[in-house]
Amino acid sequence: MFGVSGIPLATKSIGVTNMNIVRYQRFPQSDLNQAFDRLASLQDEMDRVFDFSLAPFVRTPGSLGRWTPAVDVYQDKEQFTLLAELPGMSKDQIEISLHNDTVTMSGERKRETKGEQGNHAERYFGRFQRSITLPAAVQADKVTAAYENGILRVVLPKAEEAKPKQISLG
Amino acid sequence: MNIVQQQQQNENKVAPRPEEHHKSYLTPVVDVQSTQDGFVLQAEMPGVDKSGLEITVDNSELVITGHRRPLEKVGEPSYREIRWNDFRRVYELDPSIDAEAISAKMENGVLTITLPKAESVKPRKITVQ
Repeated sequence: MFGVSGIPLATKSIGVTNMNIVRYQRFPQSDLNQAFDRLASLQDEMDRVFDFSLAPFVRTPGSLGRWTPAVDVYQDKEQFTLLAELPGMSKDQIEISLHNDTVTMSGERKRETKGEQGNHAERYFGRFQRSITLPAAVQADKVTAAYENGILRVVLPKAEEAKPKQISLG
Repeated sequence: MNIVQQQQQNENKVAPRPEEHHKSYLTPVVDVQSTQDGFVLQAEMPGVDKSGLEITVDNSELVITGHRRPLEKVGEPSYREIRWNDFRRVYELDPSIDAEAISAKMENGVLTITLPKAESVKPRKITVQ
């Protein structure tokens, strides 16, 4: 099981230790996180069912302006692949750091338009930060990252001792 | 000032292609800004590149569809938050918009559509004789 609260996850065991991921929250500084999360998924539901979008109404004021990108983690025998949705950024606005088995992505998305009054604004701007603890050791010096079409991809090769081993019967 | 009126995901109006009938679309997050010359619409569609975009204007209906590139081999999912559905959003264009002059560009997963007003509806200064 993962060390993630609130989200039902497959109980399929992955790797050696628990995986800790900071839960996906659109409004990480708010005490109303759960309510907002639910509202956000309700919004998608409503969009499908009805003829309008709730998005303009669930937008929070600037003080809660931090946003959290959605993240996927994949793994095979050799490596972990971490994908994050970060549309509308440039490479130099994204920072990635690795501390032990914890990858931290952070950065700031800047509004690129010339400050004209938006009459319909749903996008989030400002700083974001996301930390993911991987369930096994990685080779820090072999981590690579690429940013394409608004998706950040971080590839973290597993440390030799973390790779599955075939044990032959003598 | 709701010039670009929105018509959300109306499946009856936008007939899905048969092979994607079962698919549900994600609604991209959009900002619409009003400028002197018209409107600028920006839609977040991470994972969509230029070749995956379909933008059509038909009977003053603007349909934006973004097909995401299939994931390259990344292994087994360990944790998932990203919904990998394609994007779609439908807008009804204000009559003041010159449909012929609409332009679009895709950069880093953000689609920018420029919707200029027709010359005839732009404010003019009239000199008093």
